[in-house]
Amino acid sequence: MITAERKPIEEILEYLEPYDRILLVGCNECVTVCAAGGRKEVALLSSALQMARMKSGRTLEVREMTLERQCDPEYVEELVNFIDQAGAVLSMACGCGVQEVARRFKDKPVFPAVNTKFMGASERQGVWAERCQGCGDCLLGLTGGICPIARCSKRLLNGPCGGSTDGKCEISPEVDCAWQLIWERLKALGLEKRYEDIISAKDWRTSRDGGPRKIVREDLAS
Amino acid sequence: MDHFSPVIVAFCCHYCAYTAADMAGSMRLSYPSNVKIIRVPCSGKVSALHIMRAFQKGADGVYVAGCLEGDCHFKDGNIKAAKRVAYVKKMLDEIGIGGERVEVIRMSAGMGERFAQSAKDFTERIRKLGPNPVRAVLNQRESAGA
Ligand code: SF4
Repeated sequence: MITAERKPIEEILEYLEPYDRILLVGCNECVTVCAAGGRKEVALLSSALQMARMKSGRTLEVREMTLERQCDPEYVEELVNFIDQAGAVLSMACGCGVQEVARRFKDKPVFPAVNTKFMGASERQGVWAERCQGCGDCLLGLTGGICPIARCSKRLLNGPCGGSTDGKCEISPEVDCAWQLIWERLKALGLEKRYEDIISAKDWRTSRDGGPRKIVREDLAS
Repeated sequence: MDHFSPVIVAFCCHYCAYTAADMAGSMRLSYPSNVKIIRVPCSGKVSALHIMRAFQKGADGVYVAGCLEGDCHFKDGNIKAAKRVAYVKKMLDEIGIGGERVEVIRMSAGMGERFAQSAKDFTERIRKLGPNPVRAVLNQRESAGA
């Protein structure tokens, strides 16, 4: 999932300073799962913002809406009947959702309420960790299902580096060394020999180095 | 300010604090009448939003009263409640309402005295903090006939 974390309320309040009525829009997908911008977080933030405003002697009218998916135009369209009453939109979706709302409603200011972080998985309840950087040319098949791009601090393709100690990365004793994990996994799979294969230099054009990316599926595209 | 009588919402677990309140009653112990009790099946049922909404509607203080550690009827509801209260404290600090206005209190069903004493102590603490800052706007709204 795409993970996110709520911005400091002070920053959000600064964005909203000129407005007395806003539409606060959550998303039912990733940000719900990582407890950053689903229905519950929308309600909580709404309450906090209204109180913060009252404290300064003003009021803030908030209409709360949580869309099925804020990154799809079909769902963003649901805002159409409510957008006019609002001075601005505050989105609790990831950056994709914020931009989809901004694209659809060109004359309405849209502000992010969360910082979009990374593509990750939940390690345990309440803990999410980075797993994928969307490099566009997946090499998990070579590395025992553990990504050296997302999980090795140096993105080494042939690790580990000399900083690997007791299974931990040199950047912090809290961080597992991805290459140690890869080695252990290959060993468990009986694929130690694969570790000897040198992974050749990566063509980063499939990643962000090739500019903003797009997928076109001819069979589906209208 | 001398006459400030704080409105306090107490979310009380059915298995401990609520029964302790009952006990306080039968022991004829007095506790401040401004403490409004809401019975919940477990302190773990109280969400961050319940607490925030209480403040938004003008409560000056909120406490969640749950079982003693290790005694939760539903295993760890009281631990969850404590984590949520800690979360709300941070949020209240962030918006300048003040995290000291919310607390977790632990007791068993037999602790009538503890119930009455905590109600008194908490009321005193909130009295010192003064009214919830959102009250001014709420009062204005009320007097405008909203
Ligand atoms: S210690 Fe391991 S994870 Fe850290 S940079 Fe070196 S190879 Fe990568």
